[in-house]
Amino acid sequence: MSPILEVRDLRVEFPTRRGTLVALDGVSFSIAPGEVLGVVGESGAGKSMTGAAIIGLLEPPGRIAGGQILLQGKRIDNLRYDQMRRIRGREIGAIFQDPLTTLNPLYTVGDQLIETMLTHLPISPAVAKRRAVEWLEMVGIPAAAQRVQSYPHEFSGGMRQRVVIALALCAEPKLIVADEPTTALDVSIQAQVIALLKRLAREKGTAMMLVTHDMGVIAETADRVAVMYAGRIAEIGPVREVVKNPQHPYTAGLMASIPPLDRRVERLAQIDGAMPRLSAIPQGCAYNPRCPRVFSRCAVERPELLDAGTTLAACWLHAKAMTDA
Amino acid sequence: MPEPAPFVEARDLARYFDVSRPVLQRLFSGEGRRILRAVDGVSFTIPKGTTLSLVGESGCGKSTVARLIVGLYPPTAGRVLFDGQDLRQARAAASQRRRMQMIFQDPYASLNPRWRVEDIVAEPIRAFGLEKDAAGVRDRVGALLTQVGLAPQDGAKFPHEFSGGQRQRISIARALSSSPEFLVCDEPTSALDVSVQAQILNLMMDLQRRLGLTYLFISHNLAVVRQVSDTIGVMYLGRLVEVSPAETLFQAPQHPYTRALMEAIPDMAMAGHARAPVGGEVPSPIDPPTGCAFHPRCPLANTRCKVERPELLVAGGAMVACHAVQEGRATSMPEAA
Repeated sequence: MSPILEVRDLRVEFPTRRGTLVALDGVSFSIAPGEVLGVVGESGAGKSMTGAAIIGLLEPPGRIAGGQILLQGKRIDNLRYDQMRRIRGREIGAIFQDPLTTLNPLYTVGDQLIETMLTHLPISPAVAKRRAVEWLEMVGIPAAAQRVQSYPHEFSGGMRQRVVIALALCAEPKLIVADEPTTALDVSIQAQVIALLKRLAREKGTAMMLVTHDMGVIAETADRVAVMYAGRIAEIGPVREVVKNPQHPYTAGLMASIPPLDRRVERLAQIDGAMPRLSAIPQGCAYNPRCPRVFSRCAVERPELLDAGTTLAACWLHAKAMTDA
Repeated sequence: MPEPAPFVEARDLARYFDVSRPVLQRLFSGEGRRILRAVDGVSFTIPKGTTLSLVGESGCGKSTVARLIVGLYPPTAGRVLFDGQDLRQARAAASQRRRMQMIFQDPYASLNPRWRVEDIVAEPIRAFGLEKDAAGVRDRVGALLTQVGLAPQDGAKFPHEFSGGQRQRISIARALSSSPEFLVCDEPTSALDVSVQAQILNLMMDLQRRLGLTYLFISHNLAVVRQVSDTIGVMYLGRLVEVSPAETLFQAPQHPYTRALMEAIPDMAMAGHARAPVGGEVPSPIDPPTGCAFHPRCPLANTRCKVERPELLVAGGAMVACHAVQEGRATSMPEAA
């Protein structure tokens, strides 16, 4: 099946007075219809930036400096603002972390749903009105027929995020970019929202890019996962493999440092140091100063994504294995 | 085993906030006062050298308890005992006040951006007059920075030169500078990335072992709480619903809310596994449900739960505030598979 989204060798730069910062470099991945790709990493790894580049909402002065973004085979990275505006909403739905800032406080949720559908779909206002209620029902809002006339502030946080999900899905986009959709919610609400998002994506065959720092959410929701570090993909592969059998030392360190829920450990595994700033990304592999398995080549040459058996990992350990064999 | 003497004790602690509209508006609309019961009847003890954690969702009152315990808020009712003394007396003397310190959630907001790190860490030392001269202060600051994994030279820098994890180390150094015995940590790692969180949790546990510290640890993250706690209190709408030794709580959670909370956590070990989420949301603490506050969301609720508020009572090695548990109905709860 041909992918809905294809990102090829994406590079995002921020020109500053002290020189150009490379925020994303050589980022490539694709998402198939109905597939959920999780994108994880620590703050500053470039995961949200990747999402922003895809929906064409990079904060200036950030700009796409190289590579291509293809939606159903057509390039969308070089479109004008007004062309991209038509694609956003219609072809790509976006869900952000904070549901309150996503919704317009001056319109009822029904009006916002109806406006979105009328803008993007060839339907009459009467049909749009009926569908607005159906969408609220679908995302699990009780008494949808009445709540359609409520304003965003009349909903609780979890209910608001449901409205945002309905809004992102109501124009039936091919791709959803969800950036930390559950981070602002309490755990008991998180579970409800994730289950809902996943079910709807499955049913509608929508491809989804799920950006989060929460590995637990990824482990449960995603089909494949990309682990980002310092603006590049460190490892990408099926979620089970990446979580249970990571091939990149950074992924392994990240997984080990998550406190386990099912037992108490004497000492948590920790990765010393912190992610480098964009202005000081080390030469060679960006992870080499923190890596427990670093060797001479890592400090000199930057690894591309290499075949690591079950996953792809940007790590020279896997090149060595190949030459040895 | 004899019960160790409590070092810190909360007795029937309550804190209400008046969230009424201004008087004039109230007069016109004929509306009464609105009282938010952030904390209502919370009691617990922390033996010396141990960690008590409070967990719960946002708005459950856990951070308010933290502030009550260090005296940042006066309680509306109830009292706090610190080393056998009433908190008000204990806080009257500087020599007592320095024995408790607090670590806050956001290391970006809790450090003065215009101060050098050495001044931030030295402030409590100077305020309490713990060193006689400047050289003494400098040596002590250097030792504290080393203790939390930074270098003495880092003292000359400003907070913005540090990453989130390093800033939280500075907060810890500042908290330790008055040689406290009791630390209240309000979500100390929730603003940090997971690999850095592990560094800070390890540091806090090392310090506890080395210095014999007593911790009150506030968190919404059950996995973190499991790693650091001796005892865990689960809060819901301003009340403790279950207090239990850490291992007991995780092996046999009893209160339906505790069970629901555990079931709700996405777990790494369950990749691709679907869970049954808890329905509903946390109700408003201004207008909490009658009886047991959890009853509208509880699968075991019956008419008694709607009317009568359950007390925290002993149940199988823990304290649980639940009619269903006391009546033995909880065993029939559909086991989350």
